[in-house]
This record gives sequence, C-alpha cells and structure tokens, in this order.
Amino acid sequence: MKRINVYLRPLLLAITALGSANTHAAGAQAMPYHFEPDPDNLASVQRGARNFMNYCAGCHSMQHLRYNRLAADLGIPEDLLQKHLMFTTDKPGDPILSAMPATSAQWFGAKPPDLSVETRMRGPAWVYNYLMTFYVDPSRPLGTNNLMLPGASMPHVLGALQGWQIKEDHPASDGAEGHGTHAAPRFVLASAGKLSPQEYEKFVADTVNFMVYAAEPGRAGRIATGVKVMLFLLVFTVLAWLLKREYWKDVH
Amino acid sequence: MAIIPNPHKTTGFLGWIDDRFPLTKLWKDHISEYYAPKNFNWWYTFGSLALLVLVNQLLTGIFLTMHYKPDAAQAWHSVEYIMRDVPWGNIIRYLHSTGASAFFIVVYLHMYRGLMYGSYKKPRELIWIFGCLIFLALMAEAFCGYVLPWGQMSYWGAQVIISLFGAIPVVGPDLVVWIQGDYIPSDATLNRLFSLHVVAIPFVLVGLVVAHLMALHEVGSNNPDGIEIKKKKDANGIPLDGVPFHPYYTVKDILGVAVFLIVFLGVVFFAPDGGGYFLEKPNFQEANPMVTPEHITPAWYFGAFYAILRAIPDKLLGVVAMFGAVLILFALPWLDRSPVKSIRYKGPIFKTALALFTLAFIALSYFGMQAPTTLGTLISRIGTAIYFGFFLLMPFYSKIDKTKPEPERVTYEAH
Repeated sequence: MKRINVYLRPLLLAITALGSANTHAAGAQAMPYHFEPDPDNLASVQRGARNFMNYCAGCHSMQHLRYNRLAADLGIPEDLLQKHLMFTTDKPGDPILSAMPATSAQWFGAKPPDLSVETRMRGPAWVYNYLMTFYVDPSRPLGTNNLMLPGASMPHVLGALQGWQIKEDHPASDGAEGHGTHAAPRFVLASAGKLSPQEYEKFVADTVNFMVYAAEPGRAGRIATGVKVMLFLLVFTVLAWLLKREYWKDVH
Repeated sequence: MAIIPNPHKTTGFLGWIDDRFPLTKLWKDHISEYYAPKNFNWWYTFGSLALLVLVNQLLTGIFLTMHYKPDAAQAWHSVEYIMRDVPWGNIIRYLHSTGASAFFIVVYLHMYRGLMYGSYKKPRELIWIFGCLIFLALMAEAFCGYVLPWGQMSYWGAQVIISLFGAIPVVGPDLVVWIQGDYIPSDATLNRLFSLHVVAIPFVLVGLVVAHLMALHEVGSNNPDGIEIKKKKDANGIPLDGVPFHPYYTVKDILGVAVFLIVFLGVVFFAPDGGGYFLEKPNFQEANPMVTPEHITPAWYFGAFYAILRAIPDKLLGVVAMFGAVLILFALPWLDRSPVKSIRYKGPIFKTALALFTLAFIALSYFGMQAPTTLGTLISRIGTAIYFGFFLLMPFYSKIDKTKPEPERVTYEAH
C-alpha cells in the first residue's frame, strides 16, 4: 500500500487543486450579497413559485418546466395551481411560456431570456445578487442599471417592492480586500418600497430557491435515489471484500 | 456425417455448442485458464474499470439516442427534455456525462500504470499501440460527444478545435469547410458529429478494445515487477507465479468495481456538475453563433494538449505539437532502452524523469483550462519541453540509468 500512496499522492493533490480552482473563474464583479440556495425548503420554493408567476413569468418563459410538474413536485393542488399560478394557459400539462411576442426584442433591446436553467448557467448567488442590485442610473433608457449585469436591458420590475436605491462606490483607499476583483459598492435606499429590506431579501431568496428547483426538477429525486444506491454499495463493497479475501487465502 | 468430438469432452447442450463453436475454448483461454501474475496491485484494476465505463457509455448512450434530437434547433432543448420529461432521463444523462470524465480518469491512470511498470516493452508493443489507438479514438469520441448538447461551450469548443485544421498549409481553410459542412459550425456539423459519435467511433473503439485484449492474452499480462511469469512454469506448463483470471481476478475486480462505483455514482447522484468541470456552466445556455463566451476552455481531459497548443507561438507548429504529443506515445516501446521494465528496478534518472513528466502533465492540464496569462504561458512552455523531453531523451537516459537486478520470481506477500 505504501508504494501506491507514493505514486497516488501527487495525483490526488492535483485533483483537489483543480477542484478548488473553478471558484476563481467567475466574473470579475464581486458579489455584495452572500447567498446559499435552499431548494429543499418547500415553503420557500412554493412562495418563490408564486413570486415568479406574478412578477417574472409575464416576460420570462420557463419553457422546460410544465405547470403540472411544478404542482406535483411542490405539493400544490390543481385548483390552486389554476387559480394562482397559471396565467398564460389553462392546460396544466403545458410548459410555462410567457405572453411576450417575438417582437419584444425591439422594446427592450433584447428578448427576455428563458429562465429554465438560469441558475445552472449563472449560479444561484449571481441571480440573487442581480435581483438585489438594481440601482438608479439616469443615463440608462429605463432609469436603472444593474451591478451584476451593467447595461442590463431589463427594467427594475421589483422596484415597487424593493424601493429605489442609489449606488455609492467605495473610495479606492477603502482598504477593502479586492482579491483582484472590484470591491462591492454600497447601496442606499433613496425611496422605500412596499417591502422592508428584510422582507425583500426573503422575497428574492424565495424566488431564487424556486429557480434552483426549476433548473433541475429531478434534483430531489436524484439525491433520494443516490442515498439508497450508496447504502447498497457500502454493503456490496463489504461483501465483495470478504469474497475476495476468501478466494485469495489460497494464494501463497 | 459424424463430427469430431470437441477436445473439452463437454456433453449435452454445451457439448452441442462446443462441437460447433469454441465457447468452452474461449472461456478457458480468456477467463478460467488465463494465468495472470498473482502480484497485481490496485493499479491493475483500471483496465477492467475502463471496460466497465465503456459499457456504461454504450448502454446509457443507446437510451440517450432514443430521445436526443441531432438538430441545431432542437438539440439543446432535447437534452433538457431528457433531463425532465424522460423517466430516469436525468440519471441516464448524468451517467453518460460523468462517464465521459470517468473514462479519461480511468484511462489516464491505466496508461500511467503502463508507464510505471514498463507494460509497453517487448513483447507487449502491440498491446500498447492498440491502447494508443483506443486513446486516440476516445479523444475523437469525447470531442464529438461534447458538441452534441449544443450549448455555448459545446459550440465554441467545436469552433476552436475544428479551426485548428485551418492551420494546415494550402488545404487548411477548405478542409475546415469540408469538416464542418458549412462556413461555421452549424446544423450540418452537429449532424455529422452525431453520426461519428454514435456509429463510427464506437464501432472502432470496441474493435480496438477486442484487439487490445487479444494481444494481451496472447503474450500475457505484465506485473509490478516487470518480469515474465511464463519463464517459470510447473510440470503442467502453468506459470508458477500465475493464478487463473477467474476466480481470482474476477473477485478482485468486483471489489475494485464496488469502490469505483462509490466514487463514480457519488458524483452522478450528488455532484453531477463535477464542480463545473464535468458539466460546464456555459453549456446551460443554448449555442449562439453570434455571441462568443468570455473564455473558451476545453474539457478538462484535453487541458494538457490544449496547453501545449497554446504554448507554441506559431499556430501551425502548435497544432503539430498538440497532435505530436499524442502520436509520440506510439513510439514509446522503442524509445525505452532500459534493460528492466518496472520502475521498481529502474534507476534514479528514470524515476526523476517520470516524476517531472507527471508534474508537467498536471500543470499543463491545469493551465490549459485557465485564461492565458504570462506566468501560465511560461509554465506551459516549460511543461511542454518536459513532456517532449521525457520521450525524446528517453533513448539516452534510459540506457545510462543505473538499474537494479530484477528478481527471479515476483514479489508477493500472501494476504
């Protein structure tokens, strides 16, 4: 065994080094808000579904998720689904499509993207920070800009809830740890919205948790199956080891 | 007409078969009376694991092909369809995507085993060459498969790799159009890569694996001591240090499979993205010929070769070096002039060279995946020099190296 370790160790070290390298590959803009998604929090995901359908789905489709899949996974009865979540179709087997026509690209400069796998493409923390960091910018056509996606063509749809905030850049000599990225600026609320800052943070967290669920509806089932598979494999490995040991007793 | 009874003296149904088909003969030659050295260590499980992963790729691939649409307008969506609407589709897809990475991990370790114990040396040159051809086919297979989900990284990865052929003088640009079937990677490209991925290359791959195993069973397996067990046989002509493959190595390989599956299925079920290395984030966005991603990276298993490409300032020479890095493996049996096979009896020069080569390969793999930097390019150049130096200088250093005498019999402690 010692001999194997001598050869394997550099390989293992290299593999772990590679694993940690990916975190630095993200965009150059530091995220001012820390966010850990919790797609296992059913109540949060349900609230997120409500938020999404009421505030996002008007423009953004989620074409790879069907209404009845959502209802089944989130434990939502069909009558409530029809009444509170379905606005663009009356067939529960339909995918979540928006009412946006193809010409909408001319309205905003870009067609609102489909959000089926947005959190797998950008990461949940990015989406959370995106929804938190719209700020007033008179130089933009719609009066707002975004820290995570400068020049975003999306208006601050949630402005009535969050309120309108102003970006205050840190002076360069602030002493904030840069790590080679731009230090996160500070946001000051200029006019309050319908929700308190805490309520708004929860609103966004719920919405992103829902988007994480929607990006991979099979996630919970996959993990549940995985646990059973691992338990089987642990037993199987012990049996395989005993079998191997029994046979190899004869070899001298 | 009476037929000649088969030499195995089997009767009944099996006898009926054996009179007409060498079933018992095949079983004995390749399984129950194939004598393998008893001193294999765990490095020797990667061969059977590679076979396991190949079967995994073929089986999951069959089911993916039932639902996937090789059409630029539908491909990306059909993958999400598999992930959501096909029963168990997400698991089948993750088994296949994780399997691709696992294939390279297992094959790299399998090749490294050969490098350490001199498994490429006479009389196993053809086993090694078939193995190199398998590696080449595997790279082509992985490249084609990587394009099929038609995400942003699939598309731009394909664009970068196919454009390399454009560096070939005179015919290059026309060759690129011929390969793509279009002026840019497009529906035509996707369709032909699909054809290669599901028909042509798997066919070649399986054929080569059969040849690899036939050559292996003809000359017999090497072992960590690098000595020939066939030199010491008992009265029945059975190698003294050999054990029948079945049951001894079947039960040992089953244990290897169990341990491998814990790791492999651990990734499949709990971290199928592989930290962004097995499923890349940009591939969750459909291919868009109008938008180039910020940073196009190859799949991790091509990192080293991509780093060699970038390390050379001239594009054509870079392409030559990249392909040369794979092709030079074929020459290995004739580059090694050492009188011994195994690293256990090789001298300090070979051990140092192998250690440097290992570090260089890991460093190249890492920097191949990073955006180019001055330091990265410098390290990649040093790594490229070491990579080629390891092979090209081998005829000299392996000859002058101070080797230890090989033992008469294999080193083995009963356990």
